[in-house]
Amino acid sequence: MARDGSAVLRVEHLTMRFGGLVAVDNVSFDVERGAITALIGPNGAGKTTVFNCITGFYKPTEGRLALQRGEPALWNALEDVTQTGARSVTRRDGALFLLERMPDYLVAQQARVARTFQNIRLFPGMTVLENLLVAQHNRLMRASGYTLLGIFGFPSYGAAERGAIDKARAWLDRVGLNERADDPAGNLPYGAQRRLEIARAMCTDPVLLCLDEPAAGLNPRESAELNELLLVVRDEYPVSILLIEHDMTVVMNISDHVVVLDYGVKIADGAPEAVRNDAKVIAAYLGVADEEVARVEAEVGL
Amino acid sequence: MGPGAQSERVDAAGALRDAALTGLIAFALFLPLIGFLTAVNIGNDLILTTRWPLLAVFVAITAAGRFVYVFALLPWLARRAQRPVPAEPPAWRGYVANWFVPCAIAFVVVYPLFIFFTLGSGGGQKWIDNFGIQILIYVMLGWGLNIVVGLAGLLDLGYVAFYAVGAYSYALLAKTFGLGFWVLLPLAGILSSFWGILLGFPVLRLRGDYLAIVTLAFGEIIRLVLINWVALTNGYAGIIGIPRPTFFGMPFDASDHGFAAVFGLQFSPLYRIIFLYYVILALALLTCFVTVRLRRLPIGRAWEALREDEIACRSLGINTTNTKLTAFAMGAMFAGFAGSFFAAREAFISPESFTFIESATILAIVVLGGMGSQIGVVIAAIVMIGGSELLRQLDFLKDIFGPTFDPTQYRMLLFGLAMVLIMVWRPRGLIATRAPLVFLKGRKTISADPVKERHATEGLG
Repeated sequence: MARDGSAVLRVEHLTMRFGGLVAVDNVSFDVERGAITALIGPNGAGKTTVFNCITGFYKPTEGRLALQRGEPALWNALEDVTQTGARSVTRRDGALFLLERMPDYLVAQQARVARTFQNIRLFPGMTVLENLLVAQHNRLMRASGYTLLGIFGFPSYGAAERGAIDKARAWLDRVGLNERADDPAGNLPYGAQRRLEIARAMCTDPVLLCLDEPAAGLNPRESAELNELLLVVRDEYPVSILLIEHDMTVVMNISDHVVVLDYGVKIADGAPEAVRNDAKVIAAYLGVADEEVARVEAEVGL
Repeated sequence: MGPGAQSERVDAAGALRDAALTGLIAFALFLPLIGFLTAVNIGNDLILTTRWPLLAVFVAITAAGRFVYVFALLPWLARRAQRPVPAEPPAWRGYVANWFVPCAIAFVVVYPLFIFFTLGSGGGQKWIDNFGIQILIYVMLGWGLNIVVGLAGLLDLGYVAFYAVGAYSYALLAKTFGLGFWVLLPLAGILSSFWGILLGFPVLRLRGDYLAIVTLAFGEIIRLVLINWVALTNGYAGIIGIPRPTFFGMPFDASDHGFAAVFGLQFSPLYRIIFLYYVILALALLTCFVTVRLRRLPIGRAWEALREDEIACRSLGINTTNTKLTAFAMGAMFAGFAGSFFAAREAFISPESFTFIESATILAIVVLGGMGSQIGVVIAAIVMIGGSELLRQLDFLKDIFGPTFDPTQYRMLLFGLAMVLIMVWRPRGLIATRAPLVFLKGRKTISADPVKERHATEGLG
């Protein structure tokens, strides 16, 4: 998908508190349309919390999460929509969603934000093919007349199901799982399960694909394959990618933009090269020299 | 036990020791249960009698069973587990799989006629009513509960409540408004599914054990309401004289416009029983047909996905609230159909028929059959319901154990034994395979082993 420099998702002043713990503190960043944005940071930095807020699994304590598809000019309507208290506005040239106002399943169904999970969440007892068909639930549900037409065997559903299977087959070819289509997803090797989860998320026709540590547990070869897959997804499908990753080779090789969190605060935001050389990022990952600590301690009066 | 040669050699002394220990435990357990018998004599005094021989028999059976289990069964199971699984299932399995269902349906259709023509009016009633209809009711209930428990993975311990709603809906509406069976059947189903949704709402956030407790309570609430709302339900006394179904307006009685008279047959009560048999058979097959159909549709796949991972479902845009409520509603609807049939068949209902043990029996049928398996439910229902009916027929045991011996009293004991055996032999139920209905390459069944339930509270990380 062509990058035009506009944002697909705007995270503004996102704050998430769990009781007294501030997991995410006033974080703002943009996810560029058609690009791969990486969200990185040390363990416990609040990356997954940001993900759970974007995908509606958590209600943020404060902040605005706006997703837009269609004409970028629609962003101008953002303040108006926020004022009206509506969840979304849909026009002929696109739509604008306020994700913090929507429950999780509507974020996926209407705003079309798909996600994967850090600890893979496939349907392990269902076949690989069934996993991909469940992802197309809402379209098939409409085609089956919300079950009523389907149960009497109306032909419209048969055609829709064949279409869904074709789409699943195309994705299985893409991730190299065609041979395993009729096996239970739980029996696949780990790397294949990761790829299947991405294929399943893509079967929902997302506008924004959120990947929570897609390379975790992969060997270097699988990791390289994943990079290739994500680049293909970015270039050939109308989707923007936001990913959390610890594997710096993945981050530096494929991301167009990197956002760094530490203790719930954004400490850097920019191109991979710039972030790699940022003093704060290096300090967050590697710590600082002793004299630096002494200077800071003197500054705060310890 | 150490690996290698030591465990392979069968250890007779160890097995004997184990059997003796088991015998001791059985003695302690059965001493108050079987060893002592309290009875009331004419003077209303409590008399304690002892039954030492019977106690000895029970202890001996338990110890011997344990010996056989440790000495023979365990090594055999271990050997079987080590045996390599053949890559291709034997050819006869394919034939059985292809022909079993058509043959079974043909059998159940012909069964009452076969009984009627071989045993006649006198002896046939027992076989059609007690075995045929009774088993079919539980098959239907099992299939209905299978939607909730087997497919959607929502553990429901109060399923009998919907059966009760169906039965009382039919009984009250038929007696009050004089409506017929065929009008009230769908109405009872709708009312039951309405109650299913009503129960579904408060328990949407619950899963597993917590859901089981709440549904158990719901089942008891319905029963207690039926007992205590005497003005409506007549309490413990129940409702009598419920109208029976007619055959296109023809009652099954000895009158001039009754079924037998119209068709020029000699009157026999068996005609009604055969008719009822076909009604429940049709209802049960409808349940099965709808369930299989739903499994092919997105809603059925969403139920199974919900069973496996609710959070993943939500991340794919599935409205889990609606999905759960439809599962509750569908399951309850079939219980409502079965309930109104039950009321029409018995012509008498009381809260006694809707106790927790009924829910437990239906759930046991679903679990023993293998969660989600249609054929498994049938086999389990035949074993559980047919088995307990069969115990009633074992009069010859009185010749062996004396005239006071009542085999039906041992029903629960045998149930327990059967369940333990099945869970040892097939921990995932009789039919532990899941048959996907959509394929890319070719039809095959898959083992249910990767299927697992996860709690929704598990981390989102």
